[in-house]
Amino acid sequence: MKILVCISKVPDTTTKISFKEDNTRFNDENVQWILNPTDEWYALVRALELKEKLGGTVTVIHVGKADSDPVIRKALALGADDAVRIDAEPADSYFTGAQIAEYARGKGFDIIFTGKETISYNGFMVGGVIAELLQLPFVSLASSLDMEGTTATIRREIEGGKEAVKVSAPFVVSATKGIAEPRIPNMRGIMSAKTKPLAVVQPAEVPQFTFIKSYELPPQRQSVKLVKPENISELVDLLHNEAKII
Amino acid sequence: MSVIVFAESTEGKFKKSAREAVSYASKIASNTGKEAIALALGTIDAAELSSLGKYGASKVLHVNDPRFDKFDSGAFAKAITQAVQKTNAEIVVLSFNDNGKALGPRLSARLKAGLVPGVIALPEIENNEFMVKKSVFSGKGFANYVITTPVKILSLSPNSMPVEQSDRSAAVEPFTVEVTDKDFAVQVVGVEKESQGVPLPEAEIVVSGGRGLKGPENWGMIEELAKTLGAATACSRAVSDVHWRPHHEHVGQTGLTIRPNLYIAVGISGAIQHLAGVNGSKYIVVINNDPEAPFFKYADYGVVGDAFEVVPKLTEALKKYFASNN
Ligand SMILES: Cc1cc2nc3c(=O)[nH]c(=O)nc-3n(C[C@H](O)[C@H](O)[C@H](O)COP(=O)(O)OP(=O)(O)OC[C@H]3O[C@@H](n4cnc5c(N)ncnc54)[C@H](O)[C@@H]3O)c2cc1C
Ligand SMILES: Nc1ncnc2c1ncn2[C@@H]1O[C@H](COP(=O)(O)O)[C@@H](O)[C@H]1O
Repeated sequence: MKILVCISKVPDTTTKISFKEDNTRFNDENVQWILNPTDEWYALVRALELKEKLGGTVTVIHVGKADSDPVIRKALALGADDAVRIDAEPADSYFTGAQIAEYARGKGFDIIFTGKETISYNGFMVGGVIAELLQLPFVSLASSLDMEGTTATIRREIEGGKEAVKVSAPFVVSATKGIAEPRIPNMRGIMSAKTKPLAVVQPAEVPQFTFIKSYELPPQRQSVKLVKPENISELVDLLHNEAKII
Repeated sequence: MSVIVFAESTEGKFKKSAREAVSYASKIASNTGKEAIALALGTIDAAELSSLGKYGASKVLHVNDPRFDKFDSGAFAKAITQAVQKTNAEIVVLSFNDNGKALGPRLSARLKAGLVPGVIALPEIENNEFMVKKSVFSGKGFANYVITTPVKILSLSPNSMPVEQSDRSAAVEPFTVEVTDKDFAVQVVGVEKESQGVPLPEAEIVVSGGRGLKGPENWGMIEELAKTLGAATACSRAVSDVHWRPHHEHVGQTGLTIRPNLYIAVGISGAIQHLAGVNGSKYIVVINNDPEAPFFKYADYGVVGDAFEVVPKLTEALKKYFASNN
């Protein structure tokens, strides 16, 4: 089984978000960058489990500049065999997906994994773009995935339940919670990650379709109105008369 | 020139998100002097189809092909592409729900059209620049995206735009698309329903529990409160990680981002990762026995007290209210 896992780099989840240059850019000062949680916890770990069970290789791929190398090394420390970095700033999710599709085309990957979304731009996009450009089936939001020969049985999240699907490799799948449990890299993994191959490849000519013109912070809430437990009907009044929710 | 909106259905009925999408598309259409055309795929009866007129569709194109009763992002993208091309649509509207999240990017790649996934407002069109807002950093911020391609795709976040209704009905026209069985590469073999009530992503009211509830056996009162309000239930990551509640209830930066009208947080401390996923809620109520819990800073209404005492009381008070107001 030849598996490709798309990994992205995002601000640590504790980051207080702010913007600069008249709210036209994300302020990355003092930001700690991490491997995107769903890519690490779910997509990569399930790919590694499949490899451990069925044999094969797990390659991680990232679109980004050299400052991404530490998060790529983390993926190698967790057990990926090798890494590819496409040397370009990810301009938008279409651009990123198209770069990965151009790289993967004709290389015979059986499964291409992505996480469900980046926690930075929340696109849910890259997997679908790759699938369409390579004319592959796409299963999104997979919370379980098992292979039998070349056929996968996948459960995917749908509103209010789950849908069970079958699909034949090659295919693209986006992973969400439930598909695997997060792992922590061990010492051997961390040591070997330093010498595993990380190929830097030149980007393909692909367009971007969108750009961000400006950012905003969410509006502040008014200070909280406290209701005493013994006067709980006051809360019902507020929900009715003030919030007009009920 | 037109705005085309894909109205998703399940078991022959349009989803709530489909009505929101049609209403959103028709607002864009009337602001830009265009026509809002809805596209429906699969087995749906005539009355249901024409009901989209109420939400502003002037016409409903219906592909009456039972293969579309099951979802495949590839086949659906191919069908929608044909409708976009046939109608010369410049703006394509989808729902940013579980299927829409898979469909949008495929459609973007197929049409070579920019997609903004999860928009929360109407687009602003000025000097030929088409800009629309979406939430980023899982709700910690918003970004205004400009789409630079001639055709634009917007997928609408659930619960972000009010649905407007009139008593119009839409003309239904049969529409044929060229798809082959091979386009349905993903074979749906079964569906497991998890919640009886409203699905969490669509819910207007959400009651959510955290580690302060001590154990899964104590969720009865959360469910009772939710039932009283017609709400969905949710939980913190700490709770779903230890399997007190199913994963699909996990909200926050690494779970689901939701934007209900009312979010009631019970026994949840309000960690930054949790707040990220829920601070788009219009109103937030926090019930916590620690007056210093960070969540109170981000709440509209708060009750400092023991959840085991406050929640049943609140449920009682609400039941009384509903009994005397119905
Ligand atoms: C990478 C990363 C990603 C994360 N992503 C998420 C995410 O997406 N979503 C998420 O929720 N968390 C996330 N977290 C976890 C987050 O940091 C918190 O640990 C978590 O939200 C805490 O859950 P909690 O509020 O239920 O529990 P706690 O923090 O333990 O809070 C329990 C609260 O209950 C109150 N309480 C106790 N007893 C009672 C009582 N009898 N009555 C009323 N109140 C009571 C306490 O005062 C306390 O405030 C993430 C963490 C990391 C590191
Ligand atoms: N720069 C990137 N390089 C490689 N993969 C990425 C990149 N950005 C996003 N992805 C993958 O695509 C998924 C969805 O990202 P997005 O569409 O940006 O929300 C992520 O979970 C990653 O698996």
